[in-house]
Amino acid sequence: MEFFVISLLNGVSYGLLLFMLSSGLTLIFSMMGVLNFAHAAFYMVGAYVAYALGLKIGFFPALFLAPLVVGVLGALVERYGLRTVHRYGHVAELLFTFGLAYLIEELVKVVWGLAAVPYRVPEILEGPLFTLYSTSFPKLRGFMMLVALLMLLSVFLMLTRTRIGLVIQAALTHPETAQALGHNVPRVFMLVFGGGTALAGLAGVIGGVAFITEPSMAASLGPIVFVVAVVGGMGSLVGAFLASLLIGIVQTFAIAVDWSLGGMLAVIGIVVNEQTPLYSLWKLQLSQVAPVLPYLLLVLMLIFRPKGLLGTRAD
Amino acid sequence: MAGTPSTLRYRPLNLARWLIWGLTALVMAVLPQLFTQGFALTLMSQMGVAIIFALSYNMLLGQSGMLSFGHAVYSGLGAYVAVHTLNLASKGQIWMPVSLLPLVGGLAGAFFGVLFGYVTTKRAGTTFAMITLGIGELVFSCSLMFPEFFGGEGGVTTNRVFGQPFLGITFGPAVQVYYLIAFWCLASMALMYAWSHTPLGRIANAVRDNPERAEFVGYDTQRVRWLTLIISSFFAGIAGALGMINFEIVTAENVSAARSGGVLLAAFIGGVGFFFGPIIGACVFIFFVVALSDYTKAWLLYLGLFFMLMVMFAPGGIASLIMMQVQLIARKRFGRMAPHYLAAGASGLLVLAALILTVEMTYKVSVDSSSGTLMKLFGVEFDAAAALPWAVAMGLWIAGGWLLNAARKRVARAWGEIQAEFLQESR
Amino acid sequence: MFNLKRARWALFLVSTLLAGSAYAQTVKIAFIDPLSGLLGPVGQNQLRSWQYIADIANQKNWAGGPKFEIVGFDNKLSPQESLTILKQVEDQGIRYIVQGNGSSVALALADAVAKHNARNPGKEIVYLNYAAVDPDLTNSKCDYWHFRLDINSDMKMEALTTYLAKDKSVKNVYLLNQNYSFGQAVARAAKEYLARKRPDVKIVGEDLHPLAQVKDFAPYVSKIKAAGADTVITGNWGNDLALLIKAAKDAGLNDKFYTYYAATTGVPTAMGAAGENKVYYVGYWNVNNEKFVGADLAMGYLKKFDDDYYTMATYTGVAFLAKAFKETKSTDPVKVAKALEGMKVQSLNGEVEMRKSDHQAQQSVTIAKWVKINGKTVKYDQEKTGYGWETEVVIPAYVATQPTSCQMKRPG
Repeated sequence: MEFFVISLLNGVSYGLLLFMLSSGLTLIFSMMGVLNFAHAAFYMVGAYVAYALGLKIGFFPALFLAPLVVGVLGALVERYGLRTVHRYGHVAELLFTFGLAYLIEELVKVVWGLAAVPYRVPEILEGPLFTLYSTSFPKLRGFMMLVALLMLLSVFLMLTRTRIGLVIQAALTHPETAQALGHNVPRVFMLVFGGGTALAGLAGVIGGVAFITEPSMAASLGPIVFVVAVVGGMGSLVGAFLASLLIGIVQTFAIAVDWSLGGMLAVIGIVVNEQTPLYSLWKLQLSQVAPVLPYLLLVLMLIFRPKGLLGTRAD
Repeated sequence: MAGTPSTLRYRPLNLARWLIWGLTALVMAVLPQLFTQGFALTLMSQMGVAIIFALSYNMLLGQSGMLSFGHAVYSGLGAYVAVHTLNLASKGQIWMPVSLLPLVGGLAGAFFGVLFGYVTTKRAGTTFAMITLGIGELVFSCSLMFPEFFGGEGGVTTNRVFGQPFLGITFGPAVQVYYLIAFWCLASMALMYAWSHTPLGRIANAVRDNPERAEFVGYDTQRVRWLTLIISSFFAGIAGALGMINFEIVTAENVSAARSGGVLLAAFIGGVGFFFGPIIGACVFIFFVVALSDYTKAWLLYLGLFFMLMVMFAPGGIASLIMMQVQLIARKRFGRMAPHYLAAGASGLLVLAALILTVEMTYKVSVDSSSGTLMKLFGVEFDAAAALPWAVAMGLWIAGGWLLNAARKRVARAWGEIQAEFLQESR
Repeated sequence: MFNLKRARWALFLVSTLLAGSAYAQTVKIAFIDPLSGLLGPVGQNQLRSWQYIADIANQKNWAGGPKFEIVGFDNKLSPQESLTILKQVEDQGIRYIVQGNGSSVALALADAVAKHNARNPGKEIVYLNYAAVDPDLTNSKCDYWHFRLDINSDMKMEALTTYLAKDKSVKNVYLLNQNYSFGQAVARAAKEYLARKRPDVKIVGEDLHPLAQVKDFAPYVSKIKAAGADTVITGNWGNDLALLIKAAKDAGLNDKFYTYYAATTGVPTAMGAAGENKVYYVGYWNVNNEKFVGADLAMGYLKKFDDDYYTMATYTGVAFLAKAFKETKSTDPVKVAKALEGMKVQSLNGEVEMRKSDHQAQQSVTIAKWVKINGKTVKYDQEKTGYGWETEVVIPAYVATQPTSCQMKRPG
C-alpha cells in the first residue's frame, strides 16, 4: 500500500512536470502549426537562467523572472528567425527549430561550460512534505505539482476568459479575418511563441532544480515531450495533460514490476530457459523496458489513433 | 494526339550527362592517388558512405516529401545484419565475399523498410515525422536491451580480412576499401538517379506536391510512399554495410537519433531540391564532423548556425545557390554579378572572422580557462582575457556587419535587375 | 589543403625517426576520450591530468631524456569516432595512445590497434587503458598491445565484497546497474562474490536500467525501499549516479551506496550533503590516504585548473612509460611493450605491477566514504562542497588480485 501510494505520487508529479513542458509545445503547435523541436532547449535555458539569476536574487524571484527572460528570447527567435522562414512552409519552420536546438545547446555550453552547474533547491523546499508510513514525500515534488496545476489553470483562464486569449484564438484559426479586423496577427504569433517558450522556461526552473542542470538535459528530455504532445493529440491542452499523467504513471509503475514474458509463460506451464529461441526477449523484465514504453505508446497511438487522445486533426 | 500509338520522341545523346558522370567516376578514381594519407582516405571513404546515405534520405525528403527523423534505423540495421554475415563468413559457416556485403546490408535495410514502412507510411506530413522519431527511439533503446544481436554498448566488431586474397585484393589496406566504397557509391548514385526518372519516382514527386490529386488520378499514395521508403531503405542499408566494412565495427550509434538528425542536416545543407544536392551536403557534413571537430570544440555550434542560416536564407541548399549561378553563366550575366559577390564574400569573411573570434574567445574564457587564457587563432597568439581582442572582435562585427549589409543590398539589386532582363527576354 | 599539411608533417616525423635520433626526442601520446558531450567534463579533467603529470615528468626528467607531450583528441565517446581518430594518429606518427572512458570504446580500440599492428609491422602502436574496467579486456579479449592501468571491475568487486563481508549490518543488498556490458558485469560479480563471502546476505532486488535515459530515479528508489534493502551496490556513473543519489535523499532512503564512480567530475557536486556518510566508492587511490601521498599533486592541480585530480592512473601510466624508455633506451613501441610486461613502478598508491600474463596492473584498492571535511583524516575538499572522501580501508594488491583466462599471443 505504501509502495502503491508513493509510486502513484511519484508518477503524478513526474507527469505534471512533463505537462509543464509539453503544454508550451502544444500551445505553439495548436496555434501556429509549428512543431518546435527546440522546445526542450528552451526548457534547458530556463534552468540555466534561473540558476544564474538565483545566485543574485534568490530562487523565488528567479522563478518568475527566468520564464520571462526565456519568453522574451523565444519572442525574439520568432520575430527574427521563424518569421523569415514562415513563408517556406511548416517543414522549413520545423527544420529551423531543429537547427535551433543544436545551436542553443552549444551556446549554453559556451556560456556555462560543459559540466553540471550547482543549481540547488532553496532551503524552504528542502526536506519532506509529509511522511507516509516510512517513505517521505519531498516538498520539492509537492511544489512541482502545485506550480503545474496553477499553470494549467492560468493558461486555461487566459485563453478562454480574457480578451487577448480570444484574439489569439481568432488569429490562429482565421488569420486574414483577424487581420482585417485590425489585429496585428504577426504580433499575436510572436506572443504565442514567446508565451509557449516561457512555459518551457518555467518547467526548466523546476526541472533543473529537481534533476540536474547540465547541457544534455534538453536532448534527454526532448523526445519524451514530443511523445506527450502526440499521444495527447496535437494541439489539445487537455489531451497533453492526460497524456503527461498517463506516461508519468505508466513509467513509474512499470519500473516497479518485475514481470517478464517468460515469467508469464511459466504461469501457464511453459518453461523458458536459455535454450529457448529468442531467450533474450522472454527474459526482459517490464522494469527494464519501462523507459522505452512512451515510445512504444507513441508508435501504437499513431498507428491506431493518429489524432491522439483528444486531438482533432490527424496530420 | 490521343489514340496515336507511337509518340514522336526526340532524344539527343545527352552529352553533358555522360560527361558529368564520367568526370565523377574519374575524380573518384584519381583522388586516392593525390591524397595518399590514411586520414585523407578515411575522410573520402566516409564521404562516399555519407553520399549514398544522404541520397537515399533525399529520396524521402526531397523527392517524396517525407520528413524522416529515423532514417538511421535502416542503415544501422543493415549494417548489423551485414556485420553478422561477415562474421559468419569469416568463420567459414557461409559463403559471402566482402565485396558483396553491401548487397546484404541493402536487402536487410529493405526488409526493415517493408516492416517499419508499413506502419510509418500510413500517414504523411508531421505524423510521419513523429512516428519515425518514435520508431528511431524504440530501435535505439532495443539496441541496448538485446546485446545478443546488437553487441550491447561495445557493438559488434569484425575483421574484413579473411580467406584467400582474390586478385591480390584482401581489403586490408584502406585504399582497397576506398575503391570498394567508390564503386558502390557510383553504382548507387546512378541507380538512384535512374529511379528518379522511373514512373514510381515521378509519382513520388506528384504525391509530394499534391497527394489529393495523385489519389484522385488513381494512385494509392500510401503505397507509393511505402515503395519509396523500401527502396530508400535498401540504399541506406548499402551505406550502412559500407560504413561497417570501413570501420570494422557496428555500434548502437549507427541507429541513434543523432545519426538520423545528421543525415537530415547533410541532405538539407546540400539542397533537397536537386539530385546532386545531398552529394555536396554529405561532403560538407563529413568535413564538419570529422575535420572541423579537430580544430575547434565548438564545431557543433558552427554546424547548427550554418544549418539555420541555410534554412533562413537559402532553403534550397548549396545546390540551389550553384544552380542560380549556372543560370547566370549560361546567359552570360555572371560577370556583372561577380564584383558584387566578391564584395559580399569579403565582408562575409569579416563577419565570419568576428564570429569565430567571439565564439572561440568565449569558449576559452568560460570552458577552457583553467590552462590559461592564452590562445592561438589564425596563427596569432593572444590573451582571451585581455580587452584588445574583444575590441577587435567588436570592430570586426560592426565593420563586417555594415559592409555585409551594404553588399547584400547591392547583390539583391543587381540580381533583381538581371532577373528583370531575363523576364524581358523571354517575352 | 589540410591533407597536404598533414602529409608534410608526417613525412617530417618519419624522416626524423629514420634518422636514428629517435631517443632524445619528444614522445607524443594521443589522448582519445570525450572532450565534449555528456562525459566531456570528465574527459577534460583527465586530459589535464595527463598533461599535468607529463609536465612534472618532463621537469624531473623521469625518462632520462625523452619528453612527453599529450595531444588531446575528442572521440565523443563513440567507438566509431575513436577508430577514425586512430587513423589520424597513425598519420601523425604518434605511437602511443591512452584512453579510458567507456569499455565500448576500449574494446573497439584494443581490437583496432591489434589489427593495425598486425597489418602494419614497423608502425606498431601501444595502447594504455587508464579507466575502462570491463574484465573481458584482460581476460577473453586480452591483447598484447593493450595495457590496463586501472583495476578491473571484478577486482573492485572483490575488494568491495571483502569489505562488506566484515560489516554485519549489511543484510539485504540491492543491485542497481546500467543495462550494458559493464553494468551487467558489476551485477554478475556482485552476486557471485557475495554468495562466496557472505552467503547470509540476501540480494533482495536487482535492476538494470537503460544507460543515460532515466530522468526520474524516484520509482527505483521506492522500489529499493519496498524491497527492504539496507545497501545498494551500483556501477552507475555520470548523471545516472548523481540522479540516483539525489532521488534517494529526497525520498529519505537511508541505505548505504557502494559505487565505483562517485569521485568523478560532477558527481560530488550533485551529491552534496545528500550523500554524507552514505556513499562509498571503490578505487585505486584516495587523496585523503593515510600519509596524504599525492595530496601535493592534487593541490597543485586544483590551483592550476580549479578542478579535482582523481585519475591517479595518469601518474602510474607516465611512470611506466618513463621507466620503459629508460630501461630500453628507446621509445620504440615494440621494445617498450616488451619492457612493460611484468614491470613494477612506485605510484601514488604504492607499488604497481603490470602483470605479464594479462597486462592488468596489480595494485592496492581503496574504499572511501563521503564525509564532511575535518582537517585531520579528510583534508581535501571535493569540488568545494565542504565534503571529501575518508579512507575506510586499503586492501593490498594480493587480496584484490584475480585469476585470468587470458591466453596472450605475443608477436614474433
